[in-house]
Amino acid sequence: MRYLPLLVAGLLRRKTRTALTLLSIAAAFALFGMLDAVRVAFTAPESLSGIDRLIVSSRLSLTQTLPQAYLARIASVPGVDQVAHADWFGGIYQDPKNFFPNIAVSPAAYLDLHPEYDLPPEQRQAFLTTRTGAIVGQALADRFGWQVGDRIPLQATLYPNKDGRDYWLFDLVGIYQVTEPQLRGVERQLLFRYDYFDEGRTLGQGTIGWFVVRVRDPDQADQVAQAIDRQFENSTYETTARSERDFQRSFARQIGDIGLIVTAIMAAVFFTLILLTGNTMGQSIRERIPELAVLKTIGFRNRLLLVLVVAESTLLLLIGGLLGLAMARVALPAIRAASSGQLDVVMAPQSWLTGLALMVAIGVIVGLPPALRAMRLRIVDALAGR
Amino acid sequence: MIDPLVCLRGVSKVYERGRQRVEVLQRVDLDIPAGDFLALMGPSGSGKSTLLNMIAGLDAPTEGTLQVAGQRIERMSEAALARWRAANVGFVFQFYNLLPALSAQKNVELPLLLTRLSAARRRRHAAIALDLVGLADRASHKPSELSGGQQQRVAIARAIVSDPTLLVCDEPTGDLDRHSAEEVLLLLQRLNRDHGKTMIMVTHDPKAAEFAKRTLHLDKGVLIETAGAGAGAGR
Repeated sequence: MRYLPLLVAGLLRRKTRTALTLLSIAAAFALFGMLDAVRVAFTAPESLSGIDRLIVSSRLSLTQTLPQAYLARIASVPGVDQVAHADWFGGIYQDPKNFFPNIAVSPAAYLDLHPEYDLPPEQRQAFLTTRTGAIVGQALADRFGWQVGDRIPLQATLYPNKDGRDYWLFDLVGIYQVTEPQLRGVERQLLFRYDYFDEGRTLGQGTIGWFVVRVRDPDQADQVAQAIDRQFENSTYETTARSERDFQRSFARQIGDIGLIVTAIMAAVFFTLILLTGNTMGQSIRERIPELAVLKTIGFRNRLLLVLVVAESTLLLLIGGLLGLAMARVALPAIRAASSGQLDVVMAPQSWLTGLALMVAIGVIVGLPPALRAMRLRIVDALAGR
Repeated sequence: MIDPLVCLRGVSKVYERGRQRVEVLQRVDLDIPAGDFLALMGPSGSGKSTLLNMIAGLDAPTEGTLQVAGQRIERMSEAALARWRAANVGFVFQFYNLLPALSAQKNVELPLLLTRLSAARRRRHAAIALDLVGLADRASHKPSELSGGQQQRVAIARAIVSDPTLLVCDEPTGDLDRHSAEEVLLLLQRLNRDHGKTMIMVTHDPKAAEFAKRTLHLDKGVLIETAGAGAGAGR
């Protein structure tokens, strides 16, 4: 502690340079905090205990369909309360940039299983009775200015229509809202009837993408999931039952190994940070050669100087890094809300510890070369400006 | 007979630059008694700064023996020399060499960081040293907020704060105007006279040398003349 003013003085010697370096470090660690939280969210194993809704999909791949006939067999598994099914349509509205999920569902059961969708009763009734009917979330309706009664064409990408058209027409019969802020993301999707879809498509009839299953006792969710998967073991279409969140994560995982991508990005970021901070520290020490020579003159030993310079760079990293992690901590709830709560991104204690270890490691790495230079300084040469 | 504080016998210093051999000091013998105020004069390259650096434990002789404050320092390790300097020598440089981001008070405290004194005692010692050089009211000022003369007085406070036996001053007035230079020299003289500090001062300026008790001249590494008491010794 007695040397702290000396360390702070070193950092304050060039305030603008230190502030800019701190900002760079903070930005790098903010990125680390957010990406590490995403990595943890994607890779952490999840317990099914306490979950009342399960998703049953193909064990092989998300793109692999399952027979619709599985519905009755799943419904017969002890502990299963109700089952709905859904299928990814992949239609495009006007332009590929206008992406939003559009899903063919078994309407009554799907709405029953999703009580968070607040749909007026008459619109629900219209959805159940209109073959070409579709419902959308309020956010999606607002985005395109849709109103009940509008006819929405979606260009087919996976499933051409039997009538020869490459687009499907849907009648907007309802707009639902979701009150829970963390679930608002589901307001950005369009749901339409599976029977209309299955009859109209040219391929894949009688298959679905996934089942939504409500279990009677959330505490038994794990056992129910295992019982469902056992039902279809060694069949042509083996299943995997999991939580909705895990299902969403596997969607995102289709773009690649999230852990590897995050690690690669962070390696690049920290490599750049090492170069940047190393350059700053090197420059700072070069400018302070006479001051360091004075410290040696008045009795500061080589080892002490080495420790002081390394401590200074570590202090710089710690201030900037903790600032960055705090920024990430503040930003993460917004990311969580944007993912409708499906991406459970929080700063785990492990992220803080890893961040701290990185700060110290980078501090030592960037501090060591100038520290060695300071240590090897010959006083008479340094004082003479040689 | 009392041993001198500084005792040099046959001290030589040779620099080798490629094939060239430069003998900066040639078999110098020198005794400096405790309480002396010695001015070292000579033209550039005469070896006076080298001699000062060796007496202060900043440089080692090529041959000869160096005894300062009762210890042979020519064969000491770097770490031992650092400890020895911290305990025995105070330094005053031409360009003050204060740490710009620290206040005058914190600059003066620097040598005390190496001691076991508490923060409160370090502050008190620094305050006393600043008071001694007439800058008690400038303790919180940064070097950039002080004049050249004031900065040099802060440097002197830093040099004396740990109560060293020996004060070495390398051109302490070389960067000051005449008025500030005289203030600094009077201060050094007072520290010698009233506080018994042994002083060795390298200077180009004969007027500065007048403040010393005696003056030695160096030319091409040889002590060629020993003057008597400086004219200002009695000031």
